[in-house]
Amino acid sequence: MSEMKSEPVILNLGPQHPSTHGVFRLRVTFDGETVVDAEPVMGYLHRGSEKLAEGRSYVQIVTLTDRMDYTASMSNNLAYVSSVEKLAGIDVPERAQYIRVICAELQRIASHLMATGFLLNDLGALATPLMYCFRERERILDMFEMLCGARITLTYMRPGGVLQDAPAEFWPALNTFVNDFPGYLDEIESLISGNEIVLTRTRDVGILTDAQAINASITGPMLRAAGVQWDLRKANPYEIYDRLDFDIPIGALGDTFDRYMVRVLEMRESIKIVEQCIRDIPQGPIRTGTPYFIRPPAGDAYASVESPKGELGFYLVSDGGISPYRCHVRAPSFINITALRDMLVGWKMSDLIIIFGSIDIVLGEVDR
Amino acid sequence: MYGLGLAKGLTITMKNMLMPGRMFTLHQYPDRKIGLLGLAKLEGTNPITYSIKRPLMTLKAMVGLASVEDRMPQHSRFRGEEFSWYEDRCTGCASCAKYCPLGIIRIVTHPSEKAVDEGDKYVLDVFDIDMGRCMFCGLCVEACPYDALHMGSGFEEGKYSRRDLVIDKQRLNDAPKRPSTWFRPQIEGQGFDPQSGDEVDWTKAGRHVKPSREDQQKKWAKR
Ligand code: SF4
Ligand code: SF4
Repeated sequence: MSEMKSEPVILNLGPQHPSTHGVFRLRVTFDGETVVDAEPVMGYLHRGSEKLAEGRSYVQIVTLTDRMDYTASMSNNLAYVSSVEKLAGIDVPERAQYIRVICAELQRIASHLMATGFLLNDLGALATPLMYCFRERERILDMFEMLCGARITLTYMRPGGVLQDAPAEFWPALNTFVNDFPGYLDEIESLISGNEIVLTRTRDVGILTDAQAINASITGPMLRAAGVQWDLRKANPYEIYDRLDFDIPIGALGDTFDRYMVRVLEMRESIKIVEQCIRDIPQGPIRTGTPYFIRPPAGDAYASVESPKGELGFYLVSDGGISPYRCHVRAPSFINITALRDMLVGWKMSDLIIIFGSIDIVLGEVDR
Repeated sequence: MYGLGLAKGLTITMKNMLMPGRMFTLHQYPDRKIGLLGLAKLEGTNPITYSIKRPLMTLKAMVGLASVEDRMPQHSRFRGEEFSWYEDRCTGCASCAKYCPLGIIRIVTHPSEKAVDEGDKYVLDVFDIDMGRCMFCGLCVEACPYDALHMGSGFEEGKYSRRDLVIDKQRLNDAPKRPSTWFRPQIEGQGFDPQSGDEVDWTKAGRHVKPSREDQQKKWAKR
């Protein structure tokens, strides 16, 4: 910090600001150019999804989950339907589990690509790296379109399986993608990872230590970048993750560069997972017969998955009716953003945007 | 070393600019500018024959004014607007209306005079879908037990007022029947592509074969 004392200035970033990924307001107090305080103000995109869920049947809620983290709808679908399955005791056929894992991993790649692209965008590399990332993301969205006719709001998973089996053209497209993608990732990496400008602007910037991360119950790539090896896919395997062979990349320092690097490495692991799934996927049914209006016995259930942003969990309480009595979402973006102040204080104004971008939040999920 | 990253980045950019298969594709929509070669290819002839046959279009193409309507290819399961609805199949059961998370399908029926075994127990008075609020989740299509309602494949419904976005029975009946194959394996099995411009007849849209008169008599009449 500078020796010269100056009058603190309060600056509002957002709610509409090109760098804030949606409608998010950050009230920052600056001393000169240094951040002395930051206060996230949330709720601008609040749509009351949890309350809306109380008036809808269990299948109808799937459409609400699409709109929470709209860059990773598959993971949201998966988390929600796992929770319903736990609540109602529904089994999932094996083929459906494989398809779900393929979808979830593809979605993780798409989401991480978006996070990486926008991080670079925030760094000031306007649009060029973003286009590289979006070109690849586009191919994943194309595959989702083949699967379920939509690209963002997928509504693909159902309690008891997935809606429809993949069409014949899906598998060749997936194979080409899996073969090509590591090459493209190398390209993106050679563009970014060794770049001096990126390194000087992200190395040692916005450090979040492992103790801080655990304290604030941060999950996902942010936690792993801080050096904590915690991934629900390994720690509490759901679906078929216990049969798959993959590693959990972790960072050393917890700085912005580590968070970027962990995401890139995770994409490579995801490709490995998808490859194994393509190899092992059995034939068979893709959905157990569930009635349109599921009536789970009274009780509650919590199921969580490792979404691209962190631990995404759904807590459902049933009173035996066709819609949940209470639905609560443990949204990783919302919890990850609570560490923002710790990361920002002491850094300059231009670092603020990068640090914020490296958290990778989606406002639809923060505010729900 | 400073400057190395810059050089490296530029190399990659050049590679992506020049290498076929890696280039970014710019798509003009809805009208794509097209040259003489492209026009001839569309007609399935060579440019010389084409220019003799269509001198005006050739001239237009030469000065860069010719354009064709073009859409990005869509997958046949694409869930779009312009629902395909077959009145002949619909029984007015209102499963779709009940299943829609937003409750935007309005159905009014009255008991019909005709015989039950002609499948005409209820007559539909109103069948409105308020597309202005629809999110194209497709749950209504999933719920329809008689395969009467299908998603469409369009995405370009622009209207001046919200009221015009409510598609009623008349519009649904008049619309071309180009159902999306989403959640309709029987249509997907026929290899139908909604983009091709073909239509699916109501008799072919169902997952069940309609039992013949004898079958009906054998199975249900003598109960
Ligand atoms: S697609 Fe979804 S929102 Fe639209 S009418 Fe059907 S059920 Fe309702
Ligand atoms: S569910 Fe199908 S058959 Fe029943 S009213 Fe709707 S469109 Fe008609």
